[in-house]
Amino acid sequence: MIISKSAISGLLDKLIAEYQVYAPVKEGAYSLFKQIKSGSEADFSNKNSKIPPKGILFPQSEKLFSYSVTPEGARVDECVDSAQKVIFGVRPCDAKSLLLLDNVFKNDKYEDPYYLTRRANTILVGMGCNDPAATCFCTSMNTGPFDSTGMDLLLVDTGDNYVVEAVSDKGRELAAKLGLAAAGDADNAAAAKVKEAAEVACQVTTEGLKAKLDGNFYDEIWDRVHEKCLGCGSCTYSCPTCHCFDIVDDAVDCNGCRIRNWDSCMYPLFTLHGSGHNPRTGGKERMRQRVMHKFKYFVDNFNATACVGCGRCIKNCPVNLDIREVLADILGSEARDK
Amino acid sequence: MQRNPYLPLPMKLVKNFTETEDKLIHTFTFEYLSEEDEKSFPYMPGQFAEICVFGKGEAPFGIASSPTEPGHLKFSVAKVGVVSTALHMMEEGTIVGMRGPLGNYYPLEQMKGKNVVIIGGGFAFTTLRSLATYMLKPEHRGDYGNLTVIYGARNPGLLLYKEELAEWDKRSDIDLVCTIDRPVEGWSGRVGFIPNVTKEVSPSSDNAVAIICGPPVMIKFTMPVLEECGFKPEQVIMSLENRMKCGIGMCGRCNVGSKYVCKDGPVFTRAELNQLPNEY
Repeated sequence: MIISKSAISGLLDKLIAEYQVYAPVKEGAYSLFKQIKSGSEADFSNKNSKIPPKGILFPQSEKLFSYSVTPEGARVDECVDSAQKVIFGVRPCDAKSLLLLDNVFKNDKYEDPYYLTRRANTILVGMGCNDPAATCFCTSMNTGPFDSTGMDLLLVDTGDNYVVEAVSDKGRELAAKLGLAAAGDADNAAAAKVKEAAEVACQVTTEGLKAKLDGNFYDEIWDRVHEKCLGCGSCTYSCPTCHCFDIVDDAVDCNGCRIRNWDSCMYPLFTLHGSGHNPRTGGKERMRQRVMHKFKYFVDNFNATACVGCGRCIKNCPVNLDIREVLADILGSEARDK
Repeated sequence: MQRNPYLPLPMKLVKNFTETEDKLIHTFTFEYLSEEDEKSFPYMPGQFAEICVFGKGEAPFGIASSPTEPGHLKFSVAKVGVVSTALHMMEEGTIVGMRGPLGNYYPLEQMKGKNVVIIGGGFAFTTLRSLATYMLKPEHRGDYGNLTVIYGARNPGLLLYKEELAEWDKRSDIDLVCTIDRPVEGWSGRVGFIPNVTKEVSPSSDNAVAIICGPPVMIKFTMPVLEECGFKPEQVIMSLENRMKCGIGMCGRCNVGSKYVCKDGPVFTRAELNQLPNEY
């Protein structure tokens, strides 16, 4: 199937009539996924959004329920969002990250209705990456610039058009509903060419990483790699797979609500006991936790690495702490350019 | 989809009892508002719940009552943070929220037919009280062999559940050994730290399990004593605590290695903990 670039805005307007539509919107020098009210707001010129679109399904701050307490009991009203949504222009790394988050929000014992309901009601229209950024290392993290895993549709930018690949039944239904025209052989050939030309320059060695992390919890390397970290949490807030959160109350008298907010393992308060004891006392322990969680604990639990190589933690770090270098350091090898 | 695990069950505080002489630990008794509510909360000794003080927030506490005591839930809580302080000041009759039961529980099935040694220190005796109460119930008592309880506090005024301890002391189907750190006038029990007293009692590891809860320093020095008594790591059961929020393995803060204390614990054998990093 094919969409002409000049028709994208109109197509988004068509979607907006039926769905909550989220797309990258220009914000100064970067872009962010926002709900758009008009197709013309969308902008696909940036390589990827500053903050991942995971917040559409797992908001930075969200109300879980409101309550009203009386002397006889409490009335609790849950706030599950079941609106139909389309995320348009999601990159392969971010689509992949949602598959990873699915493991967290539906574990062996419990289901999180807030995330799962939004997830079930969301269609992912992906956008391949013709020109990956210098910080991208997705091909080292089991995905790639045109990996359609987790998407419903994938758009490939061929210049004047987007060639559309249907990935899932949900995607096929949407394409049929929009009445997308079939792509010609020349268009498909152009798309194939674009895919072949896309190059992710940076390769990170991951071979042996898990085995190394299985045995190096007490290694001296952890004394070293955290040294320049300020503990600001930018890496965790901009990470598409980070899922840690805090739960707080906001109330006046007997009426209030329970809210969850993103939290970060890079903060001391994250693990501080009421007694004053803290199992992760310093930057060393917290950096180790972040690396171990992504590259060992998540693998132990879900057989997948909790990193998709989007490079946001590298871009957003105020002291240029580069996860690729940390991994190379752990493996005792250098990160290399192809 | 399952029941929403974030929604609390409203319960009524019916008793706010000052448990210790220093007044820092209160025992709270909460009643269910309906029979249906009670049915929705089937728990076992060793599990915990998130108590929510509306307007202040939630915090996790081990359940001190036993499922053999119907109609209510009991918790003994030290005054340390926002939620626990609000609880301490709470008037009887107030409605709170209860989320749970959460976590795993003491392996009561696997413990059947075995001698059980319970070792507790300070106010970590709460879920151990639940366990002992469960086992002492006539219909359960026959399932287990000898029951030894070693329990210590800094001084007699800091022991929890003093009346119950006196009751247990009179029974022939439980060996209760209470100890305090330093001699006090009028105290006829043992004097000494838990590790030393455990050594004196020297419980047999033969067909036995030891369940131990207490401050880290007590655990640290009692472990070698249990080893001397022949307890293998598989025979030693512990209950961990970590800061928690969700209680359901999602918010990401209570992990020790790849295990979440809230969902995969809080009860672990020492053998299991030996496989995990020492980060708790």
